[in-house]
Amino acid sequence: MLDILIVGVGGQGTLLASRILGAYAERKGMDCKLSEVHGMSQRGGSVVTHVRIGRSVLSPLVSEGEADYILAFERLEALRWSHYLKKDGILLINDQIILPMPVITGAQSYPADITEKLTAEGRNYRLVQGLTLAAEAGNTKAVNVVMLGVLFKMIGETEESAIQALEVSVPAKLLEINRKALALGYRA
Amino acid sequence: MKKLMLTNEAVARGAYEAGVKVVSSYPGTPSTEITEFAAKYPEIYCEWAPNEKVAVEVAIGASIGGGRALACMKHVGVNVAADPLFTAAYTGVNAGLVIAVADDPAMHSSQNEQDSRFYARAAHIPMLEPADSQEAIEFMKLAYRISEEYDTPVFFRLTTRIAHSQSFVVTSEREERPLKEYKKDAMKYVMMPAMARARHLAVEAREARLASDVNRMGVNRAEIRSSKLGIVCSGAVYQYVKEATDASVFKLGIVYPLPMEAIRKFAEQVDELMVIEELEPFFEDQLKANGIACHGKEIFGRQGEYSVAFIREKLYGIPSPKSTLTLPARPPVMCAGCPHRGVFYILNKLRLAVSGDIGCYTLGALAPLNALDTCICMGASVGVSHGFDKVGSPAAKKMVSVIGDSTFIHSGITGIINAVYNQSDITCIILDNSITGMTGHQDNPATGRTIKGEPAYKLNLEALLKSCGVGSVRVVDAYDLVELERVIKEEVERPGVSAIIARRPCALLNKKYPPALHIEQEKCMKCKSCLRIGCPAIESIEGGVRINPELCVACGVCETLCKFGAIVG
Repeated sequence: MLDILIVGVGGQGTLLASRILGAYAERKGMDCKLSEVHGMSQRGGSVVTHVRIGRSVLSPLVSEGEADYILAFERLEALRWSHYLKKDGILLINDQIILPMPVITGAQSYPADITEKLTAEGRNYRLVQGLTLAAEAGNTKAVNVVMLGVLFKMIGETEESAIQALEVSVPAKLLEINRKALALGYRA
Repeated sequence: MKKLMLTNEAVARGAYEAGVKVVSSYPGTPSTEITEFAAKYPEIYCEWAPNEKVAVEVAIGASIGGGRALACMKHVGVNVAADPLFTAAYTGVNAGLVIAVADDPAMHSSQNEQDSRFYARAAHIPMLEPADSQEAIEFMKLAYRISEEYDTPVFFRLTTRIAHSQSFVVTSEREERPLKEYKKDAMKYVMMPAMARARHLAVEAREARLASDVNRMGVNRAEIRSSKLGIVCSGAVYQYVKEATDASVFKLGIVYPLPMEAIRKFAEQVDELMVIEELEPFFEDQLKANGIACHGKEIFGRQGEYSVAFIREKLYGIPSPKSTLTLPARPPVMCAGCPHRGVFYILNKLRLAVSGDIGCYTLGALAPLNALDTCICMGASVGVSHGFDKVGSPAAKKMVSVIGDSTFIHSGITGIINAVYNQSDITCIILDNSITGMTGHQDNPATGRTIKGEPAYKLNLEALLKSCGVGSVRVVDAYDLVELERVIKEEVERPGVSAIIARRPCALLNKKYPPALHIEQEKCMKCKSCLRIGCPAIESIEGGVRINPELCVACGVCETLCKFGAIVG
């Protein structure tokens, strides 16, 4: 079973990322379930999408302490969901800060020591310059696909196979940018 | 060929394959996508109705008229549609009639956690519940067969986790069904006391027959794995139980009426019988009332969603990891450029009490705007402010109600008619963003487009309010804070019922924004008053404030607010 949690801020494209992983599972002939968030939490709130790929998948949700990978599109969200990671799981963090409203208004402060806290929790994590790489690919919104590129490399998948999953999931006019984003993530 | 499909899409697919001809719904998370996907099939007539009651009435008409019909809604929508539903249970159907209802345990996007299964029991309408996308397709077809064979509407229940998860499906062709002949039959379709008394007997006889037949239907099945523990469950919980335990499972596909004899037989095969169900003890209480010893609710509780980890923890005492950190919350916010923001800023500034309503603008209740006093249900804002006025509350003197365009049409209009008729002294602000926003941009009678994107008559809200007898109807650009403040002050002072339409399309509808605004740091006095509008694009930084160019859509609301002219384009 490959349990993946994709976390971020509403509008960062967690849904598309999960659907690309779904297309990947489909091509591999594996069973798969995706659990998405719609409605109120899409309005800039903390969002989480669950992806489970395996021979036979029952629950559409990844359990706490059982994620093989967490793709975090934002630093604070990485910390918020880190307890979902299993002991030897890996947390891939896009090194980007998006301030939540309580921080914007000054009611709370953004934790400065996120990586220290993760280290203290004993998490394996890796920071990815997702925003920079997405900009290099031609669109800062492609952070999600950059992060997928990193993931595909990590799970030992070929770049061709990853690109095939991408091709069936994104509209033709955005394919070129996303292909670049995936390649940059894969080589990051 | 197998493909991944969202369960809500699979419900639409099932309706399509079952030959459904008419779908009428009102959007509501987590049910909205069913109707959006149904609208993609040219063979299905599909519409957004102004509310769930109308949607069900349309579906009833289509069914009696001879074609299979579907109405979809969220759990609270059934409250609105309950009136026609309870009587449709009496009339029965001609062609199949299905009501899809999506519950929201944990309230991801809802104002309460009600359990729609009670409606099935109260109205004597059978209810099916799938546990994945493939079952959604198959169960929809079964729902239409049951509807026609037993002459009854059928509920189709989903919960958020099933509605919004994707799993593999195999699809089939549509079974095109010619319209059934409509024959006038007043004894069946005209529900007056004399006819309804006879139909009530028919309802009882039908339910007795169904309650017996469900014991032999394959969608209710015992999966024997252990003789120690047996668990009765349905829907998402079935998946969790199968993964979390090695207990025997009785899976309910039909959650009302319950297959009592089959469950009794299952209970005899295990030492201990548990019921694991989210929300209320709906199965458990019925099993106990039928003399089947079982338990569950005392362990699992009525709150929120269950999960594999939760069941393991409650059943076996295996603790699941929890976050021990206290982190800044990230609540949903009104988008940058949201036309509601300025209105709430002014209401807050004028220290007005605000009866709120259901939509994106409910987010005005959160910091830093903190603008709402109440939020109850669709359309309630108007009636609530009228109630404040009539009870003589001092708060009523400085109070407004706020309601979105779609919510106003849904059920705010009746509140306005009531207020005018009963000589109220209220001010209603219609936040007209020209779309149904929170559920993801659905058209409504005031947008001038149908669900299929075809042009339609555009409801004129000003003319409608005037014809209701509203004494003063003003239209203001929701971005124009100066004018908004002036008009709101005037209308709150004015005796009688007045309405203000704060108009500006949802910021997400316009994709071509002017260049982002920025702050001229030398002019900025660091007063941070621009932060009080709670715009996600304006950030407090060390030594001042900045505008995030990635988010700013140059709506200009903050520009008006800055006394020092430091915010510029």
